[in-house]
Amino acid sequence: MNTMDFQEVGLREINRALQAVDSLTNSREWAIENPMGQHAIACGINAPLSVHIKGNVGFYCAGMNQQAEVIIDGHAGVGLAENMMSGIVRVKGNASQSAGATGHGGLLVIEGDASSRCGISMKGIDIVVGGSVGHMSAFMGQVGHMVVCGDAGEALGDSIYEAKLYVAGSVESLGADCIEKEMTAEHEQTLADLLERSQINKSVQSFRRYGSARKLYNFDIDHADEY
Amino acid sequence: MCGIVGLYLKNEALYSQLGALFKPMLIEMTGRGPDSAGVAIYRDPVADDQVKFSLAHESSEYDWTSLAANLGNALSCRADVTQRDTHGILTTSGAEKDVQQWLADNAPDIRVVGSGSSVEIYKETGLPEQVYERFGLESAQGRHMIGHTRMATESAVTTAGSHPFATGADLCLVHNGSLSNHNRLREELKRKGVTFGSENDSEVAAAYLTWKLRQGVSLKDALEEALDDLDGFFTFCIGTSDGFAVLRDPIACKHAVLAETDDWVAMATEYRAIATLPGAEQAKVWEPRPATVYAWGAETLDGMAANASEHADQGAA
Repeated sequence: MNTMDFQEVGLREINRALQAVDSLTNSREWAIENPMGQHAIACGINAPLSVHIKGNVGFYCAGMNQQAEVIIDGHAGVGLAENMMSGIVRVKGNASQSAGATGHGGLLVIEGDASSRCGISMKGIDIVVGGSVGHMSAFMGQVGHMVVCGDAGEALGDSIYEAKLYVAGSVESLGADCIEKEMTAEHEQTLADLLERSQINKSVQSFRRYGSARKLYNFDIDHADEY
Repeated sequence: MCGIVGLYLKNEALYSQLGALFKPMLIEMTGRGPDSAGVAIYRDPVADDQVKFSLAHESSEYDWTSLAANLGNALSCRADVTQRDTHGILTTSGAEKDVQQWLADNAPDIRVVGSGSSVEIYKETGLPEQVYERFGLESAQGRHMIGHTRMATESAVTTAGSHPFATGADLCLVHNGSLSNHNRLREELKRKGVTFGSENDSEVAAAYLTWKLRQGVSLKDALEEALDDLDGFFTFCIGTSDGFAVLRDPIACKHAVLAETDDWVAMATEYRAIATLPGAEQAKVWEPRPATVYAWGAETLDGMAANASEHADQGAA
C-alpha cells in the first residue's frame, strides 16, 4: 500500500505519482489521506490501480479515468469521473452536479444521491446511483446506461440519443424526446448485471425503463422545409 | 466566479471562535474571488432604543471621533464610534432616518454599508486574507457570519461594488452569479425611490429585496418572488439577525453546498471552504435544490424557523 497525505504532498505530487505508474506495476494499492475537498484528485490515471481516497473530495475527481478503481470514502463535488474512459469510480456519499459527464466507458457508482445533470452527454459510461438524481440528468445521453434507484428530477433524458435509463422511483418529468419504453428480459438482465457489479441490492422488478423516442435526432424528410 | 460562505454556530461554546473558524473558509475561496472581499458579522446587539451603523470611508485616516461628536451634537443623541481600518461602527440613539439624512447632508463621503441592531458589514478591495486582517476579524466573537470573495464581472472593482449588500435592518446579501436584467430592474426600483451606490448587479438584487421587505412582504415570500423577477444566475446567501438563508436560481447554475453537524451549519460555493471546520468529515453534506429557500435560525423568514430535515434528504453534495 502506497499512502499519500494530500496536506503534505499536494495535488500535483499525487497526480504525478498516480499517472506515472505503468500497467505492469505490482504497486497497485494506493491511499490518499486528508483530501479536504480539494479539486482534480486522481485525474488522468491510466493503469489498473486501486486508489482509495479517504474523505470528501472537490470538483473533477477521477476525471478521464482509465483502468483504475477509485473509491471515495465521502462526498464528491462537481464533475466526478468526468470523461471517464474505463475502470470503476465509486463514491460512498453524494455527488454534486454533472457526475459522469461525457463519460465514454467504465462504471460510476454513486451510493448516495447525485445532483443535477448527472450523466450529461454520456457516451458509453454506465452510471448506477443508489439514491436520486437531480434535474436534467442524462441530458443528450448518447450511449451507456444510467440506473437510478431513487427518484429523477425534472427533464430526465432531455434530447436523449441512445443512452438507456432505468429509474426505480418517480420521475418528476421527462425531457424532450424521452419516453418510457418496454422492459424486456434482455433489459432486465442488463440491469441485474449493472446492479450486481455496483454491489447495490435492489429488485430489478422495481425499475422502469426510459429512452429516446428517436424523433428529435433523426432527420425527417417531411420536416425538410422547417430546416 | 465569486465565492460565498456562511457559518452559523449552533453550539454556544464555539461563539468565541467565530472569527477564527470563519477565516479559513473565506480564504479558501480566494481563487474564486481575488478582487475584493467582505463579511457581515452579527454580534453585540445594541439596546432597543439604539441603532448600529456600519459606515465606510475611502481613507483609514478618517476622523470618526469628530464625526460622532458632530452627529451627537446636531441630533442631541448618543453617538459612539469604533474605528476598524476604513470602517466605523456607529452606535447611536438617534432615529435611523435622521442619522442617515444628517450623514448625507454633512458627511457625503461616508457610505452607509449596513445598519440594524447587531450586524456589522466590512468590505474592501484586495485579497480576502488582507481584507480579513485589516478589520481584525480573526478574534471576532458571535453566532453567525456570511462572507463573499469577488471576481468582478458586471461592474468595476471598488469597495462600493463589494459584497455584502445591506437589504434592510440586520439583513444583507452575498451573491455568486450574474444577473441579466439588472439595468432595467435598477431603473424600476429607482422610480420607486430606492437609491443605489454602485452599478453592481448584485446590489440590484439586494435593493429588490429591500424594496419588497419595505412593502411588508416576508423574507421568504420576497425570495420566492425574486425567482420570478430576477433573470440570471445566482446562489444567494442572506444574513439575518437570527441566522442565514440560501437560495439558488431555478436551474442551479452556480455551485452551492450545505453541511451540518450538531455544532454548526455551513454553506459555501465549494466544500473545500467547509473542510477546515471541526467535524466536517462527519458532517451531513448535501447540495441545496434549485429554487428552494433554505434557512437556519431565521425567525424573519416566517414559518421557516429551522431548516426542515426533509431538505437534508434531498439533493446531494
